[in-house]
Amino acid sequence: MFFKNNNNDIVLTSRVRLARNIDGIPFPQKLSEKEANKVIDQVADSILNSNSAIAHEFRLIRLKELRPLERISMVEKHLISRDLINEYQKGAVILNRDENVSIMINEEDHIRLQVIYPGFKIKDAYDFASKLDDLIEEKIQYAYDSKFGYLTSCPTNVGTGIRASVMLHLPALTMTGNINNIFNTVVQVGMTIRGIYGEGSNAMGNIYQISNQVTLGLTEEEIINNLIAVTKKIIDQELKTREMLFEKKSVEIEDDIYRSLGILKYSRILSTQECLELLSKVRLGIEMGIIKDIDVKKLNDLLTNVQPATLQLIEGRELDVKERDIIRAKIVRETLR
Amino acid sequence: MLCQNCNQREANVHITKIINGVKQELHLCEECARQQNEFNINIINPFSFDSPMSFQNILEGFFEMMNYANKIPEPVTCPVCHQSFDDFKRTGKMGCASCYRTFNNEITPIIKRVHGNIQHTGKVPKRTGGILKIKRDIERLKEELRIAVMNEEYEKAAKLRDQIKELESKLDK
Repeated sequence: MFFKNNNNDIVLTSRVRLARNIDGIPFPQKLSEKEANKVIDQVADSILNSNSAIAHEFRLIRLKELRPLERISMVEKHLISRDLINEYQKGAVILNRDENVSIMINEEDHIRLQVIYPGFKIKDAYDFASKLDDLIEEKIQYAYDSKFGYLTSCPTNVGTGIRASVMLHLPALTMTGNINNIFNTVVQVGMTIRGIYGEGSNAMGNIYQISNQVTLGLTEEEIINNLIAVTKKIIDQELKTREMLFEKKSVEIEDDIYRSLGILKYSRILSTQECLELLSKVRLGIEMGIIKDIDVKKLNDLLTNVQPATLQLIEGRELDVKERDIIRAKIVRETLR
Repeated sequence: MLCQNCNQREANVHITKIINGVKQELHLCEECARQQNEFNINIINPFSFDSPMSFQNILEGFFEMMNYANKIPEPVTCPVCHQSFDDFKRTGKMGCASCYRTFNNEITPIIKRVHGNIQHTGKVPKRTGGILKIKRDIERLKEELRIAVMNEEYEKAAKLRDQIKELESKLDK
């Protein structure tokens, strides 16, 4: 069998988010624009003017200073949330140079600190997030209660305020419908799994996110270890299912993978949905060692670059749906050439 | 079934989200789904799982079960942000940190249900943690001082008094 058994292939990214609030200041939705700006200044000061060696890597972006497309593109890149855009007059984000750290200011909470690492590196992501958390705390007094822990706008986040998640590529489990069992199991252990589009068996691009749901009563380490354990089980299931599928239908699967690559390489019109579905098949081909001459990094970049707003930014102008489908096909062709 | 968005075409795209064991369903026609997916659901939005909608749905269930409306005298509002518990029921969001104290009795069972727990065991902020520790130390010393005075150990009491003063001055900083 020529399966590569590399967890990093199935796990696209690992992400940790910490929710924090400043003591003595009402939560963002209660703040006027002026008060919200003070929060932005305070949080920015804690990072940008800290004496930490990494301070110079960060920059502050006030959302009201961006064009609408730029704001949406940041959502597509997972740097900020849609909720932050909805209140963009009050919102800001601090990004590092690599854009794997984003600190959202005045989203649902004053501070939403997020670290994203490629691959299966959830512990590393937490360690870095926790260090940044300490750095902010040098200048900011957090809202904290000895019983409820870090206090957050929504009670679903109190305690550790942590949301740890991994993004997984699960085409075989999706194809066989076994993903539905995983949906049920994951919920029972205090986590959630979400597809993107349609029901479990029909998630667009076969990409799912698993994250902890419980934030109070467990330590950060316990939460992360639980997520790692569950993720490993799912990866295991996915690999077994791939092997089983391939044993039964190796030619059909190979055919499907190469056809998908052909469409991506030569088509002139591609909708987001079709594009993501084909990219999933090509990704599977790479992960199974069938396609060897395409770097999976290219696919990761495409995942963001074919999204509507990012695509328009790349093209440098606003496009309607039909134009977007044409430009999308062009971007994919040029990337895979 | 008709599309929930346009109410005109047949719904043939069915979206199900399961959050905290609560199922949400959305039935759309292809056209509306396509419009939605262009800007919304095709992004795995890492943040959407804390969408207030889902939490509110869960909350509604709680309130029905616990019959909160009868329990809470209406005019109670948070002294800091002036939010009422009714506002929380509507939005699913607390107004400020003090709301957790003001509505402690109401929010505790909700937190217990969401997390299965009401005691934080994770990270403690260094700064706040430090203050908590000093406060606890002061309480302990005061108790020792009371006992020392009771036993007429005045030399020991004087020492304890100085220690307490020193710690209290740290709190004032």
